[in-house]
Amino acid sequence: MSHRGARVLRLDALARVEGEAALHLAVRDGTVAEARLRIYEPPRFFEAFLVGRGHGEPPDITSRICGICPVAYQMTACQAIERACGVTVDGPLAGLRRLLYYGEWIESQTLHVHLLHAPDFFGHPSAVELAREQRGAVERGLRIKQAGNAIMEQLGGRAIHPINVRVGGFYRVPAPAELVPLAERLRRARDDALETVRWVAGFDFPDARYDGPFLAMRDPGRYAIDSGTPAVMAAGAGPDGATPVRALPVEEFERHVVERQVPHSTALVSELDGHHYLTGSLARYAVSGRWLHPSALDAAREAGLGDPATGAVCRNPFRSIIVRAVEVAHAVAEALRIIDAYEPPSRPQVAVPPRPATGCAATEAPRGLLYHRYAMAADGTLTLARIVPPTAQNQAAIEDDLRRQVQSRLDGPGEPPGDEELTALCERAVRNHDPCISCSAHFLDLTVERG
Amino acid sequence: MTGRVVVIGVGNPFRRDDGAGPLVVEALRTRVPEGTVLTDSDGEPGRMLGSWRRQDAVVVVEVVHAHPGQPGRLHTLTAERAARCATRSASTHALGLGETFALAAALDRMPRELTVHAVEGEDFGIGRGLSTAVADALPELIHHVAEAVDEAHDRLRRAGAPADGRETA
Repeated sequence: MSHRGARVLRLDALARVEGEAALHLAVRDGTVAEARLRIYEPPRFFEAFLVGRGHGEPPDITSRICGICPVAYQMTACQAIERACGVTVDGPLAGLRRLLYYGEWIESQTLHVHLLHAPDFFGHPSAVELAREQRGAVERGLRIKQAGNAIMEQLGGRAIHPINVRVGGFYRVPAPAELVPLAERLRRARDDALETVRWVAGFDFPDARYDGPFLAMRDPGRYAIDSGTPAVMAAGAGPDGATPVRALPVEEFERHVVERQVPHSTALVSELDGHHYLTGSLARYAVSGRWLHPSALDAAREAGLGDPATGAVCRNPFRSIIVRAVEVAHAVAEALRIIDAYEPPSRPQVAVPPRPATGCAATEAPRGLLYHRYAMAADGTLTLARIVPPTAQNQAAIEDDLRRQVQSRLDGPGEPPGDEELTALCERAVRNHDPCISCSAHFLDLTVERG
Repeated sequence: MTGRVVVIGVGNPFRRDDGAGPLVVEALRTRVPEGTVLTDSDGEPGRMLGSWRRQDAVVVVEVVHAHPGQPGRLHTLTAERAARCATRSASTHALGLGETFALAAALDRMPRELTVHAVEGEDFGIGRGLSTAVADALPELIHHVAEAVDEAHDRLRRAGAPADGRETA
């Protein structure tokens, strides 16, 4: 079919994406008229049924939103509740929390790099074919992932939906000896993670760039994960380099990040001051790259990402796989640092008595900034819950990226692309952003419809 | 190293019949010999692969769709057959059993033996609780899996026993 005609591509389910999403793409007379990503997303229901619950319940309830990043929900919920109650959790308890968070990062980013994203760069339909061709790399990925898994099991009590986290800290904290086997695993994973950065750096990356604003946590001196303040790096149309960064205090988050409903998606679509924006690996790297662990910083430089110490920015979504690999190297190195310095806290948790107040917090889930806000009555009963997950925030940016990439292909030289090629291009474009659509049952049906 | 018997219940207890696998594993806790590894899984291949070693005997308990279907019907599948079914989306899990087994084969990490005990599901809606058809079939499924576990232990003992018949386990 000529690309001059009108046609509609519909992907009813995207493979190698966490959860369910469908894509609708309309092309009329060689122009992309519409790109709609349809997401089925449960957090809205969570906001409703958290109301009336006790102030100690959000970590356990919200961790159920996602099987891949439950810790992100737990950490953000804890911080928001603690802020409302005027309690700060620091010292070894904060260190253990961050260690658990790194465990999730290692697992989630490694899964995406090796099993979900890498097959695209070899033209393979799945990790199975990749494993036949690149067995060593896939085995290495599984080893790194298991190191993250081990942290989750040790600190979280189990690998999926950890149960050891509570407002104020943990139910039980480990003795230093219990962390020794973790450190051994992590030391092996450290070399593996650096090897993976070298592996992905050798992939072929199509040209593409996302010019919109970036949103990520910022905590000068640290590659911010669970600390600092949200920050916006302005849109950058020029060559890759840092553009001005401004703080967006978390208390003002909802004044700038506005969610609205769209007919085609059950997820709310977010805009930052009226513009689509990107959160996640590329945003973090742009905002905090200079504060990576020295070994990850070196790996990033050698991988051709530019020198983060001088403010290098990567705006090519295809290259996000390198940033994720660098982030794994960082998480492994930092996790080791926490274990080496660990001295058990005097108590596994601090008291967090309720009071009538509102509290909000944001942290960096593997896929991007996650925001929670809770209001509670004097006895701790929740009267409001607001959750803004990363994928809903990225939805508009992903649609923009899709439109531009398909348009670029339509305008490019050579034969007009067939439906199959466009479908593959769209799937890759979506996977670049590692969207996580929390939904447990999903089917792999793919339909292409001609208009 | 002697192999273990590993039972993995795959499924989501909050999606009705999909929770049958983990339920079977729970029911087995008091019914299987000591040393049996009981675990549940959301089906994620990386974690599935990490739950067994090559010398283990693995029993997977899973819920399947069939077309035409007969909810509550039991199936015992070899790994190969399960992989074929799952590539046709018979499994309720996206990177499903098929991909997990294929990945294990590609990485030469298939266990010594692997069987799938499955029940055909009817209701995969949101919420807890099984459909009547699957609830009625559950006792028989538990019985089948418990037998399979006992048999696997016997085979492992025989395989692990030296020529004079003494056990090494």
